[in-house]
Amino acid sequence: MEKVRVEHLDFYYGSHLALSGISIPIQGRQITALIGPSGCGKSTFLRCLNRMNDTIRGTRVSGKVLLDGQDIYDPKTDVIELRKRVGMVFQRPNCFPQSIFNNVAFGPRVLGRGDRNELARVVEESLRSAVLWDEVKDKLNQDALSLSLGQQQRLCIARTIAVKPEVVLMDEPCSALDPIATLQIEELMRSLKTSYTIVIVTHNMQQAARVSDFTGFFWMGELVEFDVTKSIFTVPTQKLTEDYITGRAG
Amino acid sequence: MARKAFDQELQDLEERLQEMGRMVEEALVASVQALKHRDLEMARQIIDADHKVNDARFEIEYETLVVIARQQPMAVDLRTLASVLEIATELERIGDYAKGIGKITIRMGTEPFVKPLIDIPRMAEKARNLLHRALQAFFKRDVELARSIPREDDEMDALYNQIYRDLTAYIIADPALVNRASYLIWVAHNLERAADRVVNICERVIFTVTGEVVEFDDDRDKI
Repeated sequence: MEKVRVEHLDFYYGSHLALSGISIPIQGRQITALIGPSGCGKSTFLRCLNRMNDTIRGTRVSGKVLLDGQDIYDPKTDVIELRKRVGMVFQRPNCFPQSIFNNVAFGPRVLGRGDRNELARVVEESLRSAVLWDEVKDKLNQDALSLSLGQQQRLCIARTIAVKPEVVLMDEPCSALDPIATLQIEELMRSLKTSYTIVIVTHNMQQAARVSDFTGFFWMGELVEFDVTKSIFTVPTQKLTEDYITGRAG
Repeated sequence: MARKAFDQELQDLEERLQEMGRMVEEALVASVQALKHRDLEMARQIIDADHKVNDARFEIEYETLVVIARQQPMAVDLRTLASVLEIATELERIGDYAKGIGKITIRMGTEPFVKPLIDIPRMAEKARNLLHRALQAFFKRDVELARSIPREDDEMDALYNQIYRDLTAYIIADPALVNRASYLIWVAHNLERAADRVVNICERVIFTVTGEVVEFDDDRDKI
């Protein structure tokens, strides 16, 4: 079932048309990967899905982004609530300079869950879901920045899911990580998709091929092709897609 | 151009496959020549040389897996490498058919043929020609050529059926001829099976270029 549906999305940075006519269905509790060369608009598109681009001056959107059938660009949309439902993990781990516990508890606290026992339960549950609990359970008061980069990224994922989002956006979540940490994050994605809809931007085509169920190929602000991942990587229908994924374009 | 090294590796693999194809074409024709001329020494050489065909298959298989592991090919490259593996297997089986004909030649020794060998050498040349063209279709990525070859497999089937009927009639007329006639039926059967393997190669060509899985069926009109 569709969780997010994008219809005829155009996006402008000032007068520059960065995304043109994007229409794409994002299936619920599946992993959708967005691939394409640098500057093609993948990350811009990702940020459209939770209105993170609103924070950039001079941007403009037309078209629709429907979350469970409701257009998130409707003026009546509560953007804070939207970003609780549609969380985001970034390329570089951005843990707060606080304890591991407080990093994960931050979101629930903002949402009014102050009960200590409840917070402890949410923190443990989130860290377990992020496959980090066993590594940090004895040092929850330790500074989050003392963790390895791979652990920090998993902590950021735990922080994101602590507020029980429905969709998790990941913007090149592994590009700052070593290969082992990358594979751990990929395994984590596979386990998370049973509960969350995941959209990932990645430069790593092999990663997109490994972890995703659907793949969209972007080129110069346009969505060239969108299909089940196994078709994109074995029998793409568009020559440009084939040229890109075989390394002969872009 | 990006991926020069990868393109070179693909080309190297195809050259190995070409060489393997050449060995198998020669073995197919030589095996029937040895039978026709009762050349037992030639038959023994064909049998011994089959190990080179097998070695070629395993080398191609290994090198293809190395390319897949190292280069992580996608789309048409991936389909091409999958087809290289399949075609090497088909060639190895055709080589086995040639070897089988060599063994029959040795078994028959100098026993006279129940009838002159006319259709069997025709089948051998036809099979060689079909194989050569199917391989060319792969190396040139010629889908139209690949689609046209399976129709000619009908001629091979017709030749085999004719040979089978003729030789069966000989057996019925004189049961003492059963061994000599059966050997020739088996030779014809091997050549007919070789042509069937060629049809499989044509299917791989179409898959490589278009991604479409087609099956040319003996029992239905050829595509």
